[in-house]
Amino acid sequence: MTAAPVTVRVQRGDFDLATEVQALSAGRHDIGAVVTFSGLCRDEAGTLSALELEHYPGMAEAEITRICDEAINRFGLQAATAIHRYGKIAPGENIVLVITASPHRQAAFDGANFIMDFLKTSAPFWKKEHGNDGTAGGWVSAKDEDDSARDRWSD
Amino acid sequence: MASVNLVYFAWVRERIGRGEETLELPDTVVTAGDLLAHLKTLGEEYEAALEHENVIRVAINQEHVDHDETIAGAREIALFPPMTGG
Repeated sequence: MTAAPVTVRVQRGDFDLATEVQALSAGRHDIGAVVTFSGLCRDEAGTLSALELEHYPGMAEAEITRICDEAINRFGLQAATAIHRYGKIAPGENIVLVITASPHRQAAFDGANFIMDFLKTSAPFWKKEHGNDGTAGGWVSAKDEDDSARDRWSD
Repeated sequence: MASVNLVYFAWVRERIGRGEETLELPDTVVTAGDLLAHLKTLGEEYEAALEHENVIRVAINQEHVDHDETIAGAREIALFPPMTGG
């Protein structure tokens, strides 16, 4: 069991990094390191007009919470926040935010990395590409390197 | 016969042509893998969606399971492609 607070949200709207860091660390004097990772939508050299993210409501939140709980136990994190957007997202916009806190930096870095590696491979989200030529492109394929990134944590 | 709620996502949903449905399953359907094999007998849209059975991910009551997992007691079974979030 973990006493460290976990904040998980799956939402259509944007998020603000400073607001979320403040919410995670407010009123605490024991945190020495905060790492934030944010993932943004790329335009793929100008060919992409938007990504459309589909998710499995309920399971998406539950799976991300399971991943954060595991990261807290494994790395001794003091807090973790993970926010993932769904719906249509334009190039340059935020997709995902992960924040981790720990007494010293290494655990926060590793914890954020761990959460992202598992989030990409086991949180139920799927990306569809929309092209600049107005076409609804295909579904993004899962990448082998994402599986490899996840599997390195099992050593 | 047992009744189960099925939900589909991404290209599995598109190929089957609906996001959810309730089906009566014969007693011979014991595992998640049995369910995939059974669905493929229901029509060409299911065959197209589940053609590459080994890449299809299964979740029972919103938790990932392997294809050899029993579906007994499942309220909701989800079928979807490998995930691409983050």
